[in-house]
Amino acid sequence: MTTVLIDYDSGNLHSAQKAFERMAAEVDAGDVIVTGDPDVVARADRIVLPGDGAFPHCHAELHGISGLADAIRESVERRAVPFMGICVGMQMMGLRGFEYEETPGFGWIDGEIQKITPNDATLPVPHMGWNDLVIDTPHPVLDGLKTGDHAYFVHSWQMKMGDPSQRLAHCDYAGDITAIVGRDTIIGTQFHPEKSQDAGLRMIANFLRWAP
Amino acid sequence: MLKTRIIPCLDVANGRVVKGVNFVDIVDAGDPVESAIRYNDMGADELCFLDIMATEENRGTMYDLATRTAEACFMPLTIGGGVRTHVDVRNLLLAGADKVSFNSAAVADPDVLTEAALRFGSQCIVCAIDAKTVAPGRWEIFTHGGRRATGIDAVEFALTAQAKGAGEILLTAMDNDGTKSGFNLALTRAVTDAVSIPVIASGGVGTLDHLVEGVTKGGASAVLAASIFHFGTYTIPQAKAHMQAAGVPVRI
Repeated sequence: MTTVLIDYDSGNLHSAQKAFERMAAEVDAGDVIVTGDPDVVARADRIVLPGDGAFPHCHAELHGISGLADAIRESVERRAVPFMGICVGMQMMGLRGFEYEETPGFGWIDGEIQKITPNDATLPVPHMGWNDLVIDTPHPVLDGLKTGDHAYFVHSWQMKMGDPSQRLAHCDYAGDITAIVGRDTIIGTQFHPEKSQDAGLRMIANFLRWAP
Repeated sequence: MLKTRIIPCLDVANGRVVKGVNFVDIVDAGDPVESAIRYNDMGADELCFLDIMATEENRGTMYDLATRTAEACFMPLTIGGGVRTHVDVRNLLLAGADKVSFNSAAVADPDVLTEAALRFGSQCIVCAIDAKTVAPGRWEIFTHGGRRATGIDAVEFALTAQAKGAGEILLTAMDNDGTKSGFNLALTRAVTDAVSIPVIASGGVGTLDHLVEGVTKGGASAVLAASIFHFGTYTIPQAKAHMQAAGVPVRI
């Protein structure tokens, strides 16, 4: 069993790597490999796409590595490999983003990335810190998590759902913020499970055991 | 609902946690990674390491601390002190930091914030502002550990930092730092009213009521303290229980 964390020079992979390695050892889920090599991705049993920073930058870096985006798409769409997107990695599962410029996503989730605009104008953006999750739909990767558990968010843009049934959890920030999306073999978290202490580590362990 | 963050800050010199009063009179407060793990287990919301030596020799120590902390603590870690360019940011992020804080370098040239934010995103770029009261209702930035006056207005600079791409402000009132007399609430409120990004209040916490005031009166999104936690005056759970009782939403 091999879980690949996609390395495409986008932000901080270190804490994600350490969290996945630790939980893979705990649930006996095999190796965790950090790579941007399309050939390794094409053979992976699980794929994790992290992402920090601006959507167009992440998109450009991902597509700047020849064959990488195709290998991810092929793995998810044809091989039905379990996939987890984190933060901008989750946003890229959607149809398109509008940060700085319109940028296409993988189009797996029916949602668009829009600027966070809290109904209370005094609330700061980015939405930064610990917020409590409201679980909309039970899911194997959320096993053991409950409404009220906290996760660590840091983002200024969020996914607005076209198909609300693909939203698995949200949180409140003077308006709904999409927290978890998913369908079939894919799941994505707007928050950082690798920085969310117990709840986050549990989700990572669940993902590593998930057999959709 | 988003919770107010409680952030223990570890000032680091020569691989040890230290704590001074008004940026001088430094005493030893333990091993940074051991402290980080203890705060992680106690439910701190973030950790902050500040490299108060900020020399080339100490830089390697900070990378090592970041790596060892990130292996044991699955929570956000901010590192600051001596950060000059986006290359420093990249190296600290690779070592295990989640956010990196600029201070003197951003005052000298705010464009360093933009260069770093474009590469790594505003979400991981913090601008630390160390300010002293120069007249009633007027605060100026001091750099180089508080030794150098700049003549720059702290509130105006906070707006500049936001415009240049900082995702968060770490605001330290230097008159209050280490005095246990509470935050400079007028300064904190002036900055939180001016900017739309989160502000971390810092400098002067001596009681748990001070933490509450930073939020209710200062308008801060997060409160940072050092001595009260390092020297065991209060624990993180005590701080959270006190804030909750005062009506401030916290993660319990």
